[in-house]
Amino acid sequence: MKRFIGAAAALALMLPGAAAAQDTIKVGILVATEGAFAAGGADGIRNVELALKQVGNMAGGKKIETVVAPTDTTPATATRMARKLIEQDKVDIILGPLSGSEGIAMRDYSKTVPDKTVINGISGALETTWVDPSPNFFRFNLDGAQWGAGLGDYVVNKKGWKKVATVSADYSFGYTNFLGFAVGFCKAGGELVERLWVPLGSSDFAGVIAKLPDDVDAIYLGVGGTDAINFLNQYQQAGGKAKLIGGSIMADPTVLNSKGKAKDALIGTPTSGWVANDNPAPEWQAYVKAYQEAFPADKRLPSPSLFGVGYYVNALAMIAGLNEVKGDLSDGQKKFHAALSKLKVKTPLGEISLNENRQASGSVFVTEVSANPDGSLSNKMVARVDNVTQTLGMTADAFRAMGLPSRTTPDCKALGGK
Amino acid sequence: MGTLQNLGARHPIGTLVVLVLVVALAWLIFAPWPPGLEQALGRKRIFLNAILSGITLGALYFLVASGFTLVFGLMRNVNLAHGSLYLLGGYIGYGVVDATGYWLLAFPVVFVVVGALGLLLQHQVFRRMEGEELRQTLVTIGISIVLADLMLWYWGGQSYQVQSPQWLSGPTTLPFVSAVRSDGQAVYLSYPLIRIAILFAAIVIGLGMWFVLNRSRLGMLIRAGVDDRDILAASGVRIQYVFLAVFAFGAGLAGIAGIIGGTFQSLSPGEDTRFLLASLVVVIVGGMGSIPGAALGAVIIGLAEQIGLVYAPTYSVVFTFLIMAVVLAFRPQGLLGARR
Repeated sequence: MKRFIGAAAALALMLPGAAAAQDTIKVGILVATEGAFAAGGADGIRNVELALKQVGNMAGGKKIETVVAPTDTTPATATRMARKLIEQDKVDIILGPLSGSEGIAMRDYSKTVPDKTVINGISGALETTWVDPSPNFFRFNLDGAQWGAGLGDYVVNKKGWKKVATVSADYSFGYTNFLGFAVGFCKAGGELVERLWVPLGSSDFAGVIAKLPDDVDAIYLGVGGTDAINFLNQYQQAGGKAKLIGGSIMADPTVLNSKGKAKDALIGTPTSGWVANDNPAPEWQAYVKAYQEAFPADKRLPSPSLFGVGYYVNALAMIAGLNEVKGDLSDGQKKFHAALSKLKVKTPLGEISLNENRQASGSVFVTEVSANPDGSLSNKMVARVDNVTQTLGMTADAFRAMGLPSRTTPDCKALGGK
Repeated sequence: MGTLQNLGARHPIGTLVVLVLVVALAWLIFAPWPPGLEQALGRKRIFLNAILSGITLGALYFLVASGFTLVFGLMRNVNLAHGSLYLLGGYIGYGVVDATGYWLLAFPVVFVVVGALGLLLQHQVFRRMEGEELRQTLVTIGISIVLADLMLWYWGGQSYQVQSPQWLSGPTTLPFVSAVRSDGQAVYLSYPLIRIAILFAAIVIGLGMWFVLNRSRLGMLIRAGVDDRDILAASGVRIQYVFLAVFAFGAGLAGIAGIIGGTFQSLSPGEDTRFLLASLVVVIVGGMGSIPGAALGAVIIGLAEQIGLVYAPTYSVVFTFLIMAVVLAFRPQGLLGARR
């Protein structure tokens, strides 16, 4: 944690002749560096550094100065650190947070500072931009439900897995990401046999593993970070042999590059998300190359993680927005807010713009984990769904009628499943 | 046996309640469940697994907490860098297993290396501020932060798992009937072998510590030191050597626990504070300075975590601290702690 603060301080010092206040724009990077997603958070910081380096730390004709505010994935810490960024560090823009429930906390906090701007990091809870969204909170990444699009249909129709038990993280993002999978899965006629929920940051899953039913086609795992690694490790030790389906952060590069054999249980596992390592699009390939060249191999992941991509895309949007208004943040940042709402930003994942809730739409990739000849693992793209909207292609009313993501929502039967 | 009879005479009702609970638990574990019970509690396999996982998790907590409690009992030093020693031991263990392929080899190596670090800490740092409890506590916090950053620098932010050896991987069959098939054949419980091995190792280490403490000359010195340090020093014992031995042993034990934790969970930045917190809770529940207390506290906390995770996932985090609060309210010295 201290290291990041140190790095940020060093970064601030390196800026030549730290210009007068009106010539710089201060950006606070709100990011989880402790807890289950520590590796993802570190990748987030790397990617913001990369995005800023690519524009020479300048946007809208002004120097960008960054402060890192480390959190631990809990909403309470996120709010405390955001308050510190605004009140003590006097930042103009907050870039973050990382985790779902932190995002909901930031939606509420941003309403108390209407003359500042919060641009999301990679948090993916639906409620953040769906329930009572905040006018100065912008999310240029897809939410967890969007990331799940396409996966349910794929496992039922391509894999023939119709009876599935699920284990997911018991918090806002876990519910949202599960909902995205379940909507597609149930619409394709699948059956959710049992839904198990585990607290974020659990390290011993032995009891939950024993609860998994035997007579299912596959098990959906909606956990991530160190939780995912612990689960896989203990699942192997318990002799588990079932086929697995991964949530969007289950087979992320942060998990696939952990040291040890636990991740091998994932080989052949279909998962879906915003990122496919082998996406052939030239802008994606160029980004991966830039990422790999910007950091030495032992100080980065082989390919950017979903967390890192989120921070990168949101940082790009911030830079583009600042360029649009020529760095003019006067008048309570009104011009900047308007520019962000209308922005069409070019990203490694194609052009992204926001809907009326200031939420992005875009493409989702279904991938399968495969082993490379050297034993490392990566995600191979097997399907893609374009234009996934916040309401997953439903009308807003139909989507709202389904209820907000929770342990029991969606109701599989109501969607046509069993 | 005499003490047990005394206990029965002094607290007849309490003893009866405990006996009934023990018999009920034994019945739950060994007898096949009637269908009504299965409906209320889920399949028996789930219950057995939760109990066993709780006990094996408790075994890990015991290994970490026993060194912590021993150091506190003897030196009155709350070593808040104990979690860092755990994590460091795990990382070094990973390195040894990765380089040599021998899981068992990691244990002596880590015990010696982390034990030596403990020796250094006691000899160079804590000896200089003996009796200044607040200062020692603050210094240990500082050391834990420095160690955490050094480890983050060297090992990075990703997760590590220590590879378990082939002969310990996969499940084994235990002599508990988990279900009876319709044709009357009993289905026995299958359970990860590695966790059984860890439980066994913890019991052996626990018994070994009990024997050393109660049957050896060193143990006599340590017990005397726990009771009254000043009188022991005044009677000509070179207490600094005892301190060194105990601190090194406690550190080595934490390091070994790191390998075990890295084998059936994982290692990453932040695990140090998690295990420090777990050790604190365990010794507060069990009683500061008491080895049997650490064992009891560890099993209670392990069971609370696992049973909570299975039967009430939302509240599982709360249970641990609820138990701690109840113990602090009604028995502040801990379940087996001596009143001082």
